[in-house]
Amino acid sequence: MKNSNPANALVRQGPAKKPFNWIPPILIGLSLAYIILIIYIPAINVFYQAFHKGIEPFIANLTRPDFLNAVRITLSLALITVPINTVFGLCAAWSIARHQFPGRTLLLSIIDLPLSISPVVAGLMIMLLYGRQGWFGGWLQDRGIDIVFAFPGMALATAFVSMPFVVREVIPVLEEAGVDQEEAARTLGASDWQIFWRVTLPNIRWGLMYGVLLTNARAMGEFGAVSVVSGNVANTTQSLPLFVEETYKQYETEAAFSAAVLLALLAAVTLIIKEILESKTRIKDKS
Amino acid sequence: MSNVIPASLVKPKPAWKVWFDRIRNLSWTWRITWFYLSAMLFLPLVAMFTKAASDGWGKFWEIASSPIAISTYDITFTTSLIATLFNGLFGTAIAWVLVRYDFPGKRIIDASIDLPFALPTSVAGLTLATVYSDNGWIGSLFAPFGIKIAFTRLGVGMAMLFISLPFIVRTVQPVLIEMEKDIEEAAWCLGASDWQTFRQVILPPLLPSILTGMALGFSRAVGEYGSTVIIASNTPFKDLIAPVLIFQRLEQYDYAGATTIGVVLLLISLVLLLGINILQAWGQRYEEQ
Repeated sequence: MKNSNPANALVRQGPAKKPFNWIPPILIGLSLAYIILIIYIPAINVFYQAFHKGIEPFIANLTRPDFLNAVRITLSLALITVPINTVFGLCAAWSIARHQFPGRTLLLSIIDLPLSISPVVAGLMIMLLYGRQGWFGGWLQDRGIDIVFAFPGMALATAFVSMPFVVREVIPVLEEAGVDQEEAARTLGASDWQIFWRVTLPNIRWGLMYGVLLTNARAMGEFGAVSVVSGNVANTTQSLPLFVEETYKQYETEAAFSAAVLLALLAAVTLIIKEILESKTRIKDKS
Repeated sequence: MSNVIPASLVKPKPAWKVWFDRIRNLSWTWRITWFYLSAMLFLPLVAMFTKAASDGWGKFWEIASSPIAISTYDITFTTSLIATLFNGLFGTAIAWVLVRYDFPGKRIIDASIDLPFALPTSVAGLTLATVYSDNGWIGSLFAPFGIKIAFTRLGVGMAMLFISLPFIVRTVQPVLIEMEKDIEEAAWCLGASDWQTFRQVILPPLLPSILTGMALGFSRAVGEYGSTVIIASNTPFKDLIAPVLIFQRLEQYDYAGATTIGVVLLLISLVLLLGINILQAWGQRYEEQ
């Protein structure tokens, strides 16, 4: 590498035995090759496959009624589960960060469970509760309420898998912000709500946004858990990730890639916002 | 956070009373937390374990150890393990390169490591299946040699490589950033070779985080469904993995079969989680100093 860092320059001035350090270029080359093979080629392929026959088939696929419905379902899922998980996440993060109690680490691990449980197992558990043979199945059926193979089941599955993100991201920023400012506000006569809106929330806003961002990405992109409980009925219980798989299985590869482009763009936007939020929190760390 | 309350201050109240008071005085944030966790997490877990226990231990064992179940564990765990070992090696190298060296485009490459996190798994499966198919960009390079990647176990492994890479990089990276460069330079000044410096100075504090990242990646690979179901042919005894078997059992309305394998998979994730926590505690011993 031509623009080597100061450390390399130091190394080169060292003993004459080491005229040039070959390790950095080799490691950089290997790492880049691996990233290109594992991540970049598949990512670029999404866009190539969607557009290699021009933009018209892409537009045509985007106006299919079943596609538009899948977009609607995916947006509805995110619109319902993200706020619920944000409220839960804030409550749980505040409770855990502001209290010391036995089993605190255990509780944190428990909240992280949905990330370790296989999405299929998550879907299975919802089937066992609300499915026809499930615990509440009979009760629900008597009242004509559909959860499994319908939108509510998909929302439950989505909420389950995206549960931990806000808690995980907010606890560290809450701990870092400390309690001093909140206590000062309290002694000055602020109510709990005032403290939350004017002191706590501004302090944790970047961490919270980070958590919400990850929750949203997972909610819109979840496949496994939703696939188990949805029954994958076109036009009614097909979210965008399910549409991708279903069209691919029906040999409508172009439709699959058109939808995939949309989801890949969502992922790209998520990563860009994530990067911005990370730089914000890093600046805060230094000040 | 380690402001531990001295035991002498807590002791006087009997334990049950402490708990009783705690529950009675629970703030509404705690109530929401416990209610949501109970409804969304504990209840489903209880439902699954009850269902698994309802048919008795004999039935459970019979399904859990049936030849097809054993073959799916074998395929799932061996493939995940191999993928994790590859990622452990290359992930650590990537983290090292991103922390220690400067090169053009570094920021974009750093940000794109998270792509497998952010990309929905069905999209990952779709594009991997295309890239590694016989006429795909990478698959076509191997097809002339008779090596099929998509719709075989090798494809499952490639999908697992894709989804678990960020875990290792993102776990090792912060530890490397924290690590003092002085110690390495000291070792080097004292006449240690590059290899000695790496083996005896860099690797020991890094090892817990590498293993933690590998365990996280392994855990993710074992549970992965979306990308693997699309790239695999899902043929029993060939490339059928445990999560897909659960799905197939559910499609056949075989709830007992699905639950049994689900419980096995869940117990394994719990063991892995425990291992990850132990590894993290082990890693922290370097931070104390």
